[in-house]
Amino acid sequence: MVQAQQAQQAPIKVGLMLPATGTYAGLGDMIEKGFKLFVSEQGGKLAGRELQYFKVDDESDPAKATDNVNKLIKRDQVDVLIGTVHSGVAMAMAKAARESNTLLIVPNAGADVITGAMCAKNIFRTSFTNWQPAYAMGIVAAKNGHKKAMTITWNYAAGIESAKGFVEGFEKGGGKVTQNLTLPFPNVEFQALLTEIAAQKPDAVFAFFAGGGAVKFVKDYAASGLNKTIPLYGPGFLTDGTLEAQGAAAQGMSTTLHYADRLNTPRDNTFRLSFAKLYKTNADVYAVQGYDAAQLLAAGIKAVDGDIKKRDQMIAAMASSQIDSPRGKFTLSAAHNPVQDIYLRKVNGNLNEAQSVAIKALADPAKGCRM
Amino acid sequence: MELSIFLVQCLNAIQYGLLLFLVASGLTLIFGIMGVINLAHGSFYMIGAYMAYALAPFFGDQFLLQMAVGVVLSVAFGFVLEWAFFSYLYQRNHLQQVLMTYSLILVFEEARSMLAGNDVHGVAIPAWLAGSIRLGDVMQYPIYNLFASAACIVVAIGLYLVVNRTRLGMMIRAGASNRDMVRGLGINIRLLYRIVFAAGVALAALAGMIAAPVSSVYPGMGGQILIICFVVVVIGGIGSISGALIAALLVGFVDTFGKVFFAQFSGLSIYLLMAVILIWRPQGLISKGY
Repeated sequence: MVQAQQAQQAPIKVGLMLPATGTYAGLGDMIEKGFKLFVSEQGGKLAGRELQYFKVDDESDPAKATDNVNKLIKRDQVDVLIGTVHSGVAMAMAKAARESNTLLIVPNAGADVITGAMCAKNIFRTSFTNWQPAYAMGIVAAKNGHKKAMTITWNYAAGIESAKGFVEGFEKGGGKVTQNLTLPFPNVEFQALLTEIAAQKPDAVFAFFAGGGAVKFVKDYAASGLNKTIPLYGPGFLTDGTLEAQGAAAQGMSTTLHYADRLNTPRDNTFRLSFAKLYKTNADVYAVQGYDAAQLLAAGIKAVDGDIKKRDQMIAAMASSQIDSPRGKFTLSAAHNPVQDIYLRKVNGNLNEAQSVAIKALADPAKGCRM
Repeated sequence: MELSIFLVQCLNAIQYGLLLFLVASGLTLIFGIMGVINLAHGSFYMIGAYMAYALAPFFGDQFLLQMAVGVVLSVAFGFVLEWAFFSYLYQRNHLQQVLMTYSLILVFEEARSMLAGNDVHGVAIPAWLAGSIRLGDVMQYPIYNLFASAACIVVAIGLYLVVNRTRLGMMIRAGASNRDMVRGLGINIRLLYRIVFAAGVALAALAGMIAAPVSSVYPGMGGQILIICFVVVVIGGIGSISGALIAALLVGFVDTFGKVFFAQFSGLSIYLLMAVILIWRPQGLISKGY
């Protein structure tokens, strides 16, 4: 009885497995800031329960992922895992979470398979699948009257899934993708492939790159003169966090994502203001995803009045919750991935300005998910 | 495929092939003459690229001066490395060489991670090489890529002259075909080795400096080029510089056109090339000589 009482009062153990060094360190930092902003808005507690954080730097290294996640699960015995950015690492986390039945909330990684074939009752995601923004871009490109398109990306999971999503949307809209060009990750020697694009003269090009690769591709595309005749489209990662470096080369480009600058909704404005006040920096899509991970967890804890031993009830509440996200309200699909609006954005200066909603309440098909 | 497009792709292939040649020529020299399997050779390419990234802010548009400084630094680095590590490897067997040079890769990668982080960095093209020219009615071709090819050709001709027309070159050729004879003739083999090694380092680093604005600098770039350069050396014939040139251009063409026509198998094409050539000529295209 006394022990049960103590268990009630002990803080909930939250394992944060995010990149703190390397290419994605900035993204991990924003996710953590977003998560902690929501907690601080609730007075530092979720449904009356204190939180205790355990942190591991996953270094975006899939080879170390299993060891890292086991530190949190076995050594620290966390109640819930939050992570991560890199899809390969997130897949290892999902596997460990399935095996140990630990609650997992993914605040970024878009690998389709996490809420597809690997889906499980205890695995949630508050970000997106690679398929979602790419499929929406395909629909938009077809609507813009393009008939023939090509895709170009790195030959790895996120790139291939994204290209596939675009092909599906574009061909559903009546277009035809003639060729999918790929190069090894993280290679950025685009010249031969740009020449091929010039040779085939498609009506549009869809590109998936991120970070430094995205900067280089958008600049090379403009330097080859192709941007004057063949519009370049992509998911938001092509221009998110890279606009300053891309400069003039990116101006006017259209991308799709589940978040955008200047949404100008009361919810987003409040969020961005309190984020800026607390951290002296502007929120971005990664901060939103971290913030919503905390909201989703809070919804679960609240439903069981803080008694997280009632796992089934907690999971059921999370699965059926509606999250009041800065990106707009969203619910979760049966596979626990957000059913969300995908925005069409346009680059203007250093902003990815919202233009319209490309697709309302888009749900990932969750191929191969059996729950 | 239109003719103009075909020609532009040829330019792309030549540029890539020549760059591979610069790295592979050092690799084949070091193996052919000193008998050292140097897995760390790709790291010298990476070090050159990161050197371009680090030096660019200081030199700005003085790109040629920057490259000269980079070459001097890498020669000095090569001398120190040969003195400190590689001079102990000549008498060892290949397994020990592989272990030692592999651990050097780890050291270099870790040092890179500490000094420059794990992000992908772009390197700006100097203003006088920026921009592009129109080729046919199809597309614009970056001037820098033409410059990169030209620079590689200049270095390749220089290398040819040194190897074929100088006394040093004569010793190098002799060392490649019969090491014991060279030693027997009383040539200072220690110094010869040191010079060849430093030259190999400088060639790889120079390639990295030239490549940096085209390919950006990123973690693991050394390992990537090392594997392709081993393919080049094996196809060309171990120890042969002219073999390395032919093989590098061949790999450049196969890779460039493979990327375009067989996008799904873009990583595979050069290994198929290697398999086919080795079935035909297991000893490589030019098996003996320089």
